[in-house]
Amino acid sequence: MSFFFNQVVIGIQLGSQYVLVALGLTLIFGILDISHFAHGHMYMIGAYLLYVVMVLAGINYWLALIIVMAGLAIAGVFVERLVYKPLRGQPHINGFIAAIGLILVLETFVRGIEPEALRISKPIEKTFHFAGITMEAQRLIVIVGAIVMIILLHLFIKRTRMGTAIEAMAQDREGAALVGISVNKMAALTFAIATALAAAAAGLMAPMAFIAPTMGSILILKAFVIVVIGGLGSMKGAIVGGYLLGIMEALAIAYISSAYKDVFAFGILILILAVRPTGLFGGREA
Amino acid sequence: MAKYGKAAFVLLIIGVAVLLGLPQLELISQATLNIFTLGIIWSIATMSLNLVLGYTGQASLAHGAFLGIGAYTFGIMAQRVGMNFWLSLLIACLMTAILGFLVGLPSLRSKGPYFAIVTLCFNVIIFKVFENWTWLSGGYQGQKVPRPSFLTERWARYYFALVMLILVILVVRQIVKSLLGSSFIAIRSNENLAESVGIKSFSTKLLSLTVSCFIVGLAGSLLALQNGYLDYTITNYLYSFYLLIYLLIGGVASLAGPVVGTFGLYFLLWQLEKTMGEFSEFRWLMFGLLLIVVIIYFPMGIVGGAKRFWEWIKKKYYSRRGEVYG
Repeated sequence: MSFFFNQVVIGIQLGSQYVLVALGLTLIFGILDISHFAHGHMYMIGAYLLYVVMVLAGINYWLALIIVMAGLAIAGVFVERLVYKPLRGQPHINGFIAAIGLILVLETFVRGIEPEALRISKPIEKTFHFAGITMEAQRLIVIVGAIVMIILLHLFIKRTRMGTAIEAMAQDREGAALVGISVNKMAALTFAIATALAAAAAGLMAPMAFIAPTMGSILILKAFVIVVIGGLGSMKGAIVGGYLLGIMEALAIAYISSAYKDVFAFGILILILAVRPTGLFGGREA
Repeated sequence: MAKYGKAAFVLLIIGVAVLLGLPQLELISQATLNIFTLGIIWSIATMSLNLVLGYTGQASLAHGAFLGIGAYTFGIMAQRVGMNFWLSLLIACLMTAILGFLVGLPSLRSKGPYFAIVTLCFNVIIFKVFENWTWLSGGYQGQKVPRPSFLTERWARYYFALVMLILVILVVRQIVKSLLGSSFIAIRSNENLAESVGIKSFSTKLLSLTVSCFIVGLAGSLLALQNGYLDYTITNYLYSFYLLIYLLIGGVASLAGPVVGTFGLYFLLWQLEKTMGEFSEFRWLMFGLLLIVVIIYFPMGIVGGAKRFWEWIKKKYYSRRGEVYG
């Protein structure tokens, strides 16, 4: 039984990074109608920036995490301004192509500078034992860190004027424009928040995994699966879907087969959408 | 529109005539001939995506998987079952079409970006299955694909692929000009409106996907034939992206667009690889930047941009002569 609970904990930890990435994706989709397929590669850039700040500049982990989030927030604004803003109002698929272009640029750039996979040392090398569950300190940091981020995002959206403006735009873009909410400002803000969330996920996960130029590509597919299962634009759906996928994946690795783990994740999506074509929580019609 | 369609078709015929002459005049080397043959085969695959995405408006990201399924069906039939070449080719196309039909049944219920993600997931599943199920795919070593005696020469395969491309263009042209093609376009423009005038949108979309899969199965078989071997990477979802890129850069919903886009980009990448030498990895960086610039400034692709340019010249010409254009 303790094996089972250990797997669930691993699943929650996997789910934590999925939730953070999927939240950014669903925010961008819900507010701007963009399939930001390069979001996983922004996550990858976040992990590399953490390496630069921590290992090359020698700054401690917690400060580095904040620097990386701020840096990626600015990078997100640049991406929106340079790539997606000129494409506003065009068919959905054009933004998708631009995102693939961005993926190629980012991945080739990073691979050109540093082709080898890198490692970052863990800030706290400790393992806790509690009721049969073995818990690495970093695993706890990922889980708690993700929850803190989710709560902060929730407070920002519900309790501040800017957050309310974002929610208003997600509900009704024309209505929001009518009462004087600037689309340009909100687009930049959304990209800043979403990319900072991806950077947080990367920063939390980086000490537990290798850093490689392709680390974002399968992650973004899973994040899209989560966003689609939860319903495009639904934040509640992204949170529930993210943890669910993480736990199911960890259990599938343990009890069924690790080679086919992605097959399960994507197969479940096809099944769900065959029954409910707009996701479990009924996201917006496309 | 019809006027330009005709002009594009004439241009296409001229292009094909030039392509027909190339190996006979011995103007190009064997390696270039190989690249041309591959360009033709990928053009067929892009044509198939054009039918379902360009005309019917359904962004299928599973065409990489269908390409691989066509290739493997052909390879297995020809090599392991030992079937006759033409029969294997036919079975490969039919098999891909049937699979496309079966995939379309659940996935076409969803629309827009949901459909794109579902098909992409299907492609990832197929890729993972082919990667891990080595009995089927031959794993990393792959499997051999036999060539019939009349297709052992490079130039013979080139002509064979070219004839197939022309056939596919003619078939797609007939479909698009027919009433069925109009229903495809109606669904792309406004699905609810199309339903209200009596078009059964679900079965029409399903038909479009099935026909498209038949064609991409053909492209997969030709690809297996040209390479002479097969491994699981042929089902990679990256190929779905590549086809999408070729199509959008070339120009959607035109007959010339897929061919122009595929040839142009395939040739460009190959040239970059040759000339950049040790920096050839960076060709993808340039390619990525090019994609972003083209999609921002020429959202209708090369063919669409050329049409607009032609229109602009005409307008200038008529206004100088003081006549009213139109």
